[in-house]
Amino acid sequence: MTNKVLKERKEEIIEEFSMFDDWMEKYEHLIELGKELPLIEEGSKQDDQLIKGCQSRVWLQATKKENNHVVFTADSDAIITKGLIALMIKYLSDLPGDTIAKANMDVLEEIGLNDHLSPTRSNGLVSMVKQMKIYGLAYASQE
Amino acid sequence: MLTSIEKDIRSSFPILHQKVNGNALVYFDNAATTQKPQEVINTLVDYYSQTNSNIHRGVHYLSQRATEQYEGARIKVQKHINAKGVQEVIFTMGTTDAINLVAQTWGRSNIGEGDVILISALEHHSNMVPWQMLAEEKGASIEVIPIHEDGSLDLTAYKELLQKGVKLVAVNHISNALGTINPVKHMTSMAHEHHALVLVDGAQATPHCPVDVQDLDADFYAFSGHKVYGPTGVGVLYGKEHLLDQMPPWRGGGEMISSVSYEKSTYNDLPFKFEAGTPNIAGGIGLGSALDFVNKVGLDYIAKQEDLLLKAASESLTAIDGLRIFGTSENKAGVVSFLVDGIHPYDLGTLLDQMGVAVRTGHHCAEPLMNHFKIPGTIRASFACYNTLEEVEVFVKALQRGLNMLR
Repeated sequence: MTNKVLKERKEEIIEEFSMFDDWMEKYEHLIELGKELPLIEEGSKQDDQLIKGCQSRVWLQATKKENNHVVFTADSDAIITKGLIALMIKYLSDLPGDTIAKANMDVLEEIGLNDHLSPTRSNGLVSMVKQMKIYGLAYASQE
Repeated sequence: MLTSIEKDIRSSFPILHQKVNGNALVYFDNAATTQKPQEVINTLVDYYSQTNSNIHRGVHYLSQRATEQYEGARIKVQKHINAKGVQEVIFTMGTTDAINLVAQTWGRSNIGEGDVILISALEHHSNMVPWQMLAEEKGASIEVIPIHEDGSLDLTAYKELLQKGVKLVAVNHISNALGTINPVKHMTSMAHEHHALVLVDGAQATPHCPVDVQDLDADFYAFSGHKVYGPTGVGVLYGKEHLLDQMPPWRGGGEMISSVSYEKSTYNDLPFKFEAGTPNIAGGIGLGSALDFVNKVGLDYIAKQEDLLLKAASESLTAIDGLRIFGTSENKAGVVSFLVDGIHPYDLGTLLDQMGVAVRTGHHCAEPLMNHFKIPGTIRASFACYNTLEEVEVFVKALQRGLNMLR
């Protein structure tokens, strides 16, 4: 059932990005997405939430809802990075921990994110996803 | 409209004529590494096609030819920096390697507990970390020459710091992060008055200005091939002969053992004492070819061109709302480091890249310097002899477009 959700989200994201012809438009969209990022509550940002391997600073926080779904909030001091996290959260947030941990990440390649970001930024993206999955696994093991 | 000299120079650099993300490449990351003219590329290809052989040994034709070319390159370096003799020109793997060599040999034998090593606030990590490692090992301490707001060194503070038992001053000739040209000749004579030695990191200087090590009176001078239109994996350590003579060898192996015994010392065989093993032969010969290229174009022209670009870029950038240039001293090389209020350098750098403009973002291996300014890093555009005013215009337009997207 939850894999159906991931599939739907993936299709939605791919369709969204296919509307744009060139990469400048895709970046504009990412910047817009960044403005919709569910932010970590003011005052509750911790340094141990910082993701390593990014040139900009990225904080990621995870909490579990009553229905056992894991929800992410995040923040970054770089706008495009915010957009990338917002995209990842759109895809992975509010799902069971187990689903998050095992989620297929093909969506990144299908919208061309793997190619168009510099290696360092790509590593940041990879670290972000890795951290989200670790949270998913950790919460799943608590059930 | 490009001048005929500009066209001529640009036509020598094959890598410049390509598109990045659908846009013409504007390569403004020369402080990180420079592109190579066809003649340097040809030298490397020719070496491997016709000359390749191990040097300094063997009586056969190819080995003699390779040796001639390699030692010929060493003579070119000697002439280029006006070293007294070829024995003072050590081929290394680069500037970082050269500095580590001095730290591990001269440093180990001359720095002791309580001694002070002076570095400047502008230093690249490569002219900082080797000294930190040495100081930690020996119980010595590092003191830092502070800078003024404009990125120039505080010479009054420097004079005071010299009173403190300083054994070595390690300073860059030109700052890679800010472009400041330091008065190394003056600083060296001040250091010598206090019986301190001076090592100059010349990585950014050799592509921009003439370097005369005798005139500077530097005790050590280091630079990299790849920053001056030459190949990677090769660099030079210049040292005054009497100092190099006293230094124990660093890496042991073939080539650095003398076959003649001496009364005073076993390793009295410069420069080979510090060149263990088979070197980057092609690299050394390529470096020679790069210096030939630089002399052909002329350092006068190069300095003038970069100055032109620096002025044009600085003027346009200063006109942008919220933009601050870091490094505004009177005497600068073609480097402009800046930030825009509220915009992370990484965002801007990424968008510039989409538009074909290659700049560098981050701390530029000068993290303490960035911390001093309380910034995460800067965007840095750095120029070389093949860049043009047209490219500066493209860069400024791209910057404005990127800012519009981000603001």
